Amino acid sequence: MTASPANPTKVRGETILSVDNLVKHFPITQGVLFQRQIGAVKAVDGVSFELRRGETLGVVGESGCGKSTLARLLMRLETPTSGRATLEGKDLFKASGGALRRLRRNMQMVMQDPYTSLNPRMTVGDIIGEPFDIHPDAAPKGSKQKRVQELLDLVGLNPEHINRYPHQFSGGQRQRIGIARALALKPEVIVCDEPVSALDVSIQAQVINLLKQLQGELGLSYIFIAHDLSVVRHIADRVAVMYLGRIVEIGTEDEIYERATHPYTQALLSAVPVPDPEARDQRNMIRLVGDVPSPADPPSGCHFRTRCWKAQDICAVEDPQTVPRAADPHPSACHFAELRPTPA
Amino acid sequence: MTVQPTPASATPEGGHLLDLRDLHVEFRTNEGVARVLNGVSYHLDAGETLAVLGESGSGKSVTAQAIMGILDSPPAFVRSGQILYQGKDLLTRSEEQRRQVRGKEIAMIFQDALSALNPVFPVGWQIGETLRQRAGMSRADARRRAIELMDLVKIPGAAKRIGDYPHQFSGGMRQRVMIAMALALDPKVLIADEPTTALDVTVQAQIMDLLADLRRELNMAMILITHDLGVVAGVADRIAVMYAGRIVEHADVRSLYKAPAHPYTKGLLESIPRLDVRGQELSTIKGLPPNLMRIPSGCPFHPRCPYAQQVCVDEFPHDLVLGDGRTSACHFAQEVRDDSVAR
Repeated sequence: MTASPANPTKVRGETILSVDNLVKHFPITQGVLFQRQIGAVKAVDGVSFELRRGETLGVVGESGCGKSTLARLLMRLETPTSGRATLEGKDLFKASGGALRRLRRNMQMVMQDPYTSLNPRMTVGDIIGEPFDIHPDAAPKGSKQKRVQELLDLVGLNPEHINRYPHQFSGGQRQRIGIARALALKPEVIVCDEPVSALDVSIQAQVINLLKQLQGELGLSYIFIAHDLSVVRHIADRVAVMYLGRIVEIGTEDEIYERATHPYTQALLSAVPVPDPEARDQRNMIRLVGDVPSPADPPSGCHFRTRCWKAQDICAVEDPQTVPRAADPHPSACHFAELRPTPA
Repeated sequence: MTVQPTPASATPEGGHLLDLRDLHVEFRTNEGVARVLNGVSYHLDAGETLAVLGESGSGKSVTAQAIMGILDSPPAFVRSGQILYQGKDLLTRSEEQRRQVRGKEIAMIFQDALSALNPVFPVGWQIGETLRQRAGMSRADARRRAIELMDLVKIPGAAKRIGDYPHQFSGGMRQRVMIAMALALDPKVLIADEPTTALDVTVQAQIMDLLADLRRELNMAMILITHDLGVVAGVADRIAVMYAGRIVEHADVRSLYKAPAHPYTKGLLESIPRLDVRGQELSTIKGLPPNLMRIPSGCPFHPRCPYAQQVCVDEFPHDLVLGDGRTSACHFAQEVRDDSVAR
């Protein structure tokens, strides 16, 4: 095939990326000349997870829960306040110079908005070929153009369109260009930040299928960030649910969608509109009141307690840990974790 | 059941609150003429919810803007058609007469509440503006009524928050402010253009519930414009699917989800990932929506359609009446529906 096949010596299922207690606080300052810090937006507040080779980890949550900051941290576009992450055993945040470049090559990103993430003044060939200019030692021997055309072919675009500009493509095609650019350096991990949310329904399915197909062919591992739970169920092997900077529940696709024990996950799932009018009166939906609190001033103890119908005194005092619970053996950050009773 | 081709305008005469007939709108630009609406016909009765479903560029928002009389002209021009409101054609009325309809008879809420609200005035002032200008209320009365409206849309602590500015509200609360403004003059028709697209899923559920409750309480009719098949299934009575500036399928919501009779609707329903099923591969609609400056011959959907035959390239499909008030603009509507049932 056109790109390198999965390396047979690398075992599918072993841990490739490990994130341990990652924290990112953005300072809020006051004053013009003498700025003093008066608080912090706790965008990511102690996140730990592992990504295995060849799997897709879905990260879901509402706006402001820190999922995009998490992506930017992993790409080292932000410096974490504290915490550790290792990619194939190498520390992601301590690397610098050549070591950092080699790490970055192994982890690439697909952005949300295919309209603003491509430079309108560069041709598609230049956009997809640019990673080779930054990483000359990873550039193909011989013709760069040939490799770019292979990449275009791989993502289902016409290789002859190499000299066209982004505005000559539709939204779905532009997202394919973004994917081709991410694949150029043959990374093993791709962080997809809301890759299909700007696309129309009929185009969304095409891009999701492409991502799945590429994963199978190239043995990629994905971190798939999205707010659409139906899309995530379709593509993810495991799912992490975030709320106000923390992972409140993490498990396999089945554990999260069928046996969720955290009240927030249950509410989130029940709020997803189901495209079936027959289900209209039968669904028992959990209606959350109010909005997500500000990440600059999250509630004490459990962050979700202000919107939770199960909240007791302990929830305000004690931070629930994301650990396996009696109700179901996957990690859930709730003192009162239990399966949702099935409607009779 | 026999299928008989009937022209789109053969809907029963009279009685509809709002009745669009064969509306054509084009955008005249420097690059050429884009045919944005190509004969849109739909109707709305008192107290019902009609969903207009379509992807970007299908013309669903332009139709709403034409009803409201807020098309940007130029580039937009209404070429032909009628918009009958209570039997009278809005398109032949003067701007002043249309202004009387706007807000008082037909009101609209927009997708992006933050950009639809004025950032430099308090929300209470903005809700009251309509009341002062149009209902001739005094400042004090308008303020009192604004608080009532904010209560109606369940903004907590309305009396305290009336002096707050839009940026002090969350996304969901801003959308509630927009709804309060739209309801100020007690409209009979509410057009909601993607009211929840910018919102998170838990907040979306709150807003859709609110809209459904208000529609019932105030006995309004609602046109819900959306691209989300899930949202439609939750609230709509009838549904009109748009493609390339035309209603391609029209049906009550249950029959449509059970057995779509247009290949585009069928393709859409099959391509959405479902929360309750984990499929292996999503089926897709091949290709892209057409460029409105070069709409394909015959049926505009034929280059993407698995059912396409020579007739689809040559002949424009008129609306086929399938019974139960269903129509489908497809030469093979019957086959598509039978396939959908068999599925």
